Amino acid sequence: MMRLSWFNVVSLTLGFAFLYIPMIILVIYSFNAGKLVTVWSGFSTKWYGELTQNEAFLNAAWVTLKVAVVSSTFATVLGTMAAYVLVRAGRFTGRTLFSGMIYAPLVMPEVITGLSLLLLFIGIGLDRGIVTIVLAHTTFSMCYVSVVVSSRLVTFDQSLEEAALDLGCSPIEAFRLVTLPIIAPAVISGWLLAFTLSLDDLVIASFTSGPSATTLPIKIYSAVRLGVSPEINALSTIMIAIVTVGVISASLVSKRNLVRQKREMQAAERA
Amino acid sequence: MGPVLQSTEFAPWNDPTEKPLIRFRNVTKRFGDFVAINDLTLDIYEQEFFALLGPSGCGKTTLMRMLAGFETPSEGQIELSGQDIVPVPPNKRAVNMMFQSYALFPHLSIWDNIAFGLRRSPMSKPDIKARVEEMLKLTRLEKFAHRKPHQISGGQRQRVALARSLAKAPKLLLLDEPMGALDKKLRQETQFELMDIQEKTGTTFVIVTHDQEEAMTVASRVAVMDEGCLIQVSTPDRIYESPNSVYVADFIGDVNIIKGTAKAQGDDLYQVNWSDGMPPLNATSETDFSDGQTCHLAIRPEKVAISADKPDGADNAVQGKILDIAYLGNLSTYHVELTSGVIIKAQTSNTRRISRRSFTWEDPVWLSWTATAGVLLVN
Amino acid sequence: MRRFVLIAVPYAWLVALFLVPFLIVLKISLSDTALAIPPYVPKFEWAEGIMAFLRQLDFENFIFLTEDNLYWKAYLSSLQIATISTILTLMVGYPIAYGMARAPAEWRPTLMMLIILPFWTSFLIRVYAWMGILSQEGFLNQFLLWTGIINEPLTIINTNTAVYIGIVYTYLPFMILPIYAALDRMDGSLIEAAEDLGCSRLMAFWLVTIPLSKNGIIAGSFLVFIPALGEFVIPSLLGGSRTLMIGKVLWEEFFSNRDWPVASAVAVILLLILVVPIVLFQRNQQKQAEAES
Repeated sequence: MMRLSWFNVVSLTLGFAFLYIPMIILVIYSFNAGKLVTVWSGFSTKWYGELTQNEAFLNAAWVTLKVAVVSSTFATVLGTMAAYVLVRAGRFTGRTLFSGMIYAPLVMPEVITGLSLLLLFIGIGLDRGIVTIVLAHTTFSMCYVSVVVSSRLVTFDQSLEEAALDLGCSPIEAFRLVTLPIIAPAVISGWLLAFTLSLDDLVIASFTSGPSATTLPIKIYSAVRLGVSPEINALSTIMIAIVTVGVISASLVSKRNLVRQKREMQAAERA
Repeated sequence: MGPVLQSTEFAPWNDPTEKPLIRFRNVTKRFGDFVAINDLTLDIYEQEFFALLGPSGCGKTTLMRMLAGFETPSEGQIELSGQDIVPVPPNKRAVNMMFQSYALFPHLSIWDNIAFGLRRSPMSKPDIKARVEEMLKLTRLEKFAHRKPHQISGGQRQRVALARSLAKAPKLLLLDEPMGALDKKLRQETQFELMDIQEKTGTTFVIVTHDQEEAMTVASRVAVMDEGCLIQVSTPDRIYESPNSVYVADFIGDVNIIKGTAKAQGDDLYQVNWSDGMPPLNATSETDFSDGQTCHLAIRPEKVAISADKPDGADNAVQGKILDIAYLGNLSTYHVELTSGVIIKAQTSNTRRISRRSFTWEDPVWLSWTATAGVLLVN
Repeated sequence: MRRFVLIAVPYAWLVALFLVPFLIVLKISLSDTALAIPPYVPKFEWAEGIMAFLRQLDFENFIFLTEDNLYWKAYLSSLQIATISTILTLMVGYPIAYGMARAPAEWRPTLMMLIILPFWTSFLIRVYAWMGILSQEGFLNQFLLWTGIINEPLTIINTNTAVYIGIVYTYLPFMILPIYAALDRMDGSLIEAAEDLGCSRLMAFWLVTIPLSKNGIIAGSFLVFIPALGEFVIPSLLGGSRTLMIGKVLWEEFFSNRDWPVASAVAVILLLILVVPIVLFQRNQQKQAEAES
């Protein structure tokens, strides 16, 4: 077993401090009584209260949530299909173009994706609003979903599907009864990824949203450009808290399942 | 006619009126430029336990996957009970397969795994229940019905896979290396269990294996394959005692191959000239050789006797010295180097627990065998 | 039939919402400014034939880009900022990944989660967090003044330094994860073998660990470099008016100047610049996949 040297300990400590101190400061100042986020002037939760009164923020949050739920669901369906095509469909005409279109959006600068989609929407005369943001978000996040799902499909034991066919399933039944339940964790994490990408997106949403629909990141960005404000800190703290609780509980659940499964397997082998 | 080594009651392949269950007719399968199966013709009969044996990449798995419906032949026909099954998709075939990895559905319990195929058929719920319970009993898995696949041991998983593939009472069961994942001891037990189940259910079994011992143990007939072709199809004893080629003789068990030229002596008897300055060897052969034709004499080590003095009246006797001794517990194998440099293996069984080992390294010894002990092969 | 539907649906979606928009950008970048100024009526006269289309081609926008210093400078400065911040991220990220790989096995999942956690939190918020820290009267300056290292507050926000810090901070997980994956796969006895053969600790690290994590380093560097090149949020919030990055220029060209053809031309050139690292990255990934199989 290797042991941590002092160098490892120092670099891990400094590294994690670098990653987390900015967040911690952000959270602490959300409870600042004063208007300034740099000078501590006593504990208060008044900024959270003010946030609940801020109609514009609440509206934007609602729009963002709707967009995220719808677009990530579409993206999961399309992305899973695309992953299946990439891993299982074998050769077909235009396969190279297809896989290119799956991987390109992952490295495409958001400004370009946003600009090109906007020009398309104007070209076909589609009014910018929730629909256009959903279309845009579905397009780029389906590529992320397909990467997540295809990496699971690659390690998927294909004989399981063959066994299902052998036992009388049609190909669709085999997918529904065997493949889908087994790759479900990857599909769910694909959905979660698509959901957070959509919640998070500023650039593409700025290009594709219209006056009728503003998302939370757009609102935060325009507020932040004018300078820091404790209200944004409060909003950020809420978002960080939600993510932290979500990620930690998800990893605890998966760790517990893993440990249980391992123990059961050991017990089975001993018996 | 060669000697009848074993009388078997079950031998539909010798009965010309018997209709085969499976018929491969001039089947060829290509993957791109690679020929996996080369113009293969084979009949398999009902209630047979048929083994496809060969090294990896010989085409045995491809042959099996064509029966299951996962591969389509490039040319030729495959018939099941007289019907061409090539256009039938796997889910519509009365054929089930036990996968090498077992392919148990990890998200379903043992019970649901076994019921999986039955639920795809128009079977009533009580019937399904009865059938699953029957299969659980057959494979002694009643206690584990409600566990998940990862909660049982490897041997139990193997039995679940068997129960699942037998549940639909297929005409034909395909077994892809069914014991590949088990350790040696468990494998031997399982082999007998498998034979038992095959007998009870009367299902035709086709097993793919690279383990010759396993094929010999379980099968009624063995097909030895190499590079997409059948080399020999016969009962295990005939494969072992009368191989039709050096390849088969060498693939199954241990063998000495002595290369020489044949000279007819009449009455199936031949002289084999094999080394300058050595007396010719005597051997019988069912196949004819012309004088001077190259031949290979294949003799199993256990048919070669070892002695300190020259045995009287032996058909063949050669002298050499012991190079190596492999003590295997039940057997000892001696590697004897002849004066010509050829090495011959001789095997003796250790029937007594305490005995003086008669030979040691460098001892001069005589090896002898009868004229019928070996087989003369063309190539 | 089923297979056709399975392929056709995602295929059609991507063609309609990824490929076609991109071709529109290409077309507009080659069209006349006057025609394309909003309210812009796009003309997709593909039917006119290739010759007519070619005759219409107008490289005016691209020529304009080469004539104006601003764009040259923006491209070069984007490359410079992306390169420097990639190197900085590597220098910060490698020791962390190395420490993680050497940590006891039971800590590793937790450390891994701590690296991934910031990735799930909003990018915008992570950048915003630094605005408060780096500002004139921000946390960093307060801290440095308090310790007495400096007497005058430093100007960090609205400089390239702030942009570097922002990029390193937000893209750090992308650097750490591939390096950690490479180091984690490494057989620990290799180091022992090197030491057994007479290497000092440092030499073993240099001669064995670093070469074996090369693929991780390359992958991580591309994963930082490629998005950093087209970055918009970080230069816009942490950088100053003199911080030139091509993503920001495109945004301003589009939203402030409303010059769509020029914005499209900027986009096309940004993509052309990105093609080289993307192709290199793909090749590295492929080579690695082949080596593993």
